[in-house]
Amino acid sequence: MKYTEDHEWLRVEGDLVVVGITEHAATQLGDVVFVELPEVEAMVARGDEVVVIESVKAASDILAPVDGEIIEVNDALADNPRLVNDDPLGAAWFFKIRVDDLSVLDDFMDEDEYEEMIA
Amino acid sequence: MTEDIPLRRLALNDLHLALGARLVPFAGYEMPVQYMAGVMQEHLHTRAAAGLFDVSHMGQVILWPKAGMDRLALALEALVPADVAGLKPGRQRYGLFTDTRGGTLDDLMVANCQTHFLVVVNAACKAADLAHMRAHLSPVAEVTEVTDRALLALQGPLSEAALARLLPDVARMRFMDVTTQVWQGQEIWVSRSGYSGEDGFELSLPETHAQAFAGALLAMPEVAPAGLGARDSLRLEAGLCLYGHDIDTITSPAEAGLGWAIQPVRRAGGARAGGFPGADRILRELADGPSRLRVGLRPEGRAPMREGTALFHGGARVGTVTSGGFGPSVGAPIAMGYVPRALAGPGTLLQGEVRSRHMPVAVSALPFRPTGYKR
Repeated sequence: MKYTEDHEWLRVEGDLVVVGITEHAATQLGDVVFVELPEVEAMVARGDEVVVIESVKAASDILAPVDGEIIEVNDALADNPRLVNDDPLGAAWFFKIRVDDLSVLDDFMDEDEYEEMIA
Repeated sequence: MTEDIPLRRLALNDLHLALGARLVPFAGYEMPVQYMAGVMQEHLHTRAAAGLFDVSHMGQVILWPKAGMDRLALALEALVPADVAGLKPGRQRYGLFTDTRGGTLDDLMVANCQTHFLVVVNAACKAADLAHMRAHLSPVAEVTEVTDRALLALQGPLSEAALARLLPDVARMRFMDVTTQVWQGQEIWVSRSGYSGEDGFELSLPETHAQAFAGALLAMPEVAPAGLGARDSLRLEAGLCLYGHDIDTITSPAEAGLGWAIQPVRRAGGARAGGFPGADRILRELADGPSRLRVGLRPEGRAPMREGTALFHGGARVGTVTSGGFGPSVGAPIAMGYVPRALAGPGTLLQGEVRSRHMPVAVSALPFRPTGYKR
């Protein structure tokens, strides 16, 4: 698992990268009441706002961590946004993205580095 | 600019930290926005049992009469379009400071405490309100800000059961009654009121005893701490205005649907009609209907429509959301905003612009939930 400075986790699954947010981020957001996901087949660039998460308090954007094509989105979040709080590292993944070269993940933090950042 | 001004800490700061509060800057104070349970649980607990809020940032102002309570009441009526002279000892009333253009400077609670009036105002308006009262009331009142008392709000259907264990007499109070109770030798000024739409109490007590008193309440099974986040979602479900958002110097009380805070005696034909700032506009709007009105809004999708969301009808911009979010007890997004009077009827379908898309939103009656006041 790799981590971004924006509190996303990235997990490789075949030739895809699965993206979600960390437990730390989910706790900071508070009770999630709405998730808006990108379109499947959308081409996104690193830094694009691809997911909107609304908590009771406020709206937050999730940025695309890498360039690529959105291959699959987690529709379960539309019906049950609370999953983001209940299981951020598992059932509450947001989308799967295909990248040209998985080596782009080398730039991101590993778990120890991420834990150090949020400490 | 603002970051240079040090934030003030609440007297209960240590208690908030011990309870796992997340503190945020608000109106110059470090305020608990939520505790460990989170906004949703704090909100739902308050609706089901009792939530304890620290609202010590609000302004507590005593008006000591210099020439009798009657003259002071009439002088206050020159600033506030409410029936202050008719407010009996031991009773409290909601009111507004209006300006000469009929806008709203602040909303407030005024209590007749027999020997004086107690006025509670919003934190962000505190300094301006004090200056306003001193400028206009000094001939008839000594205007004193209370600076050594915490203000707590205990809200929810089990508030009476919990509070009566410490202050048995509060069980006899009804909505908007005010009394002075004594706890461990200390005066506690109690009103049966709040900002959640539920039954509940607001308690002003010496800062020196606030931690012990709050601790005694929090030790009870009914009572859980609740922060500003839940306070906001509770008041929004109850259809209550937040100053600086739903009401401000642009909006008149009539537009805001706060005509109920202007009793008949202060309206056209009343014994003390008018005589407050902006009376021409406000009384005309109350008689003829204002051109726009504050309404409840129910987005039809799941996406909340936050403050500032533009409202459209037939492709034309018709208004703006002034408060919006998710209603935990409603289980759906809710909002309030201003629309032209012709579009203010419940059921009218509008569109709200969310992230560049027009989403359906229906005008809804307020409050979004029935209130639980003990009248």
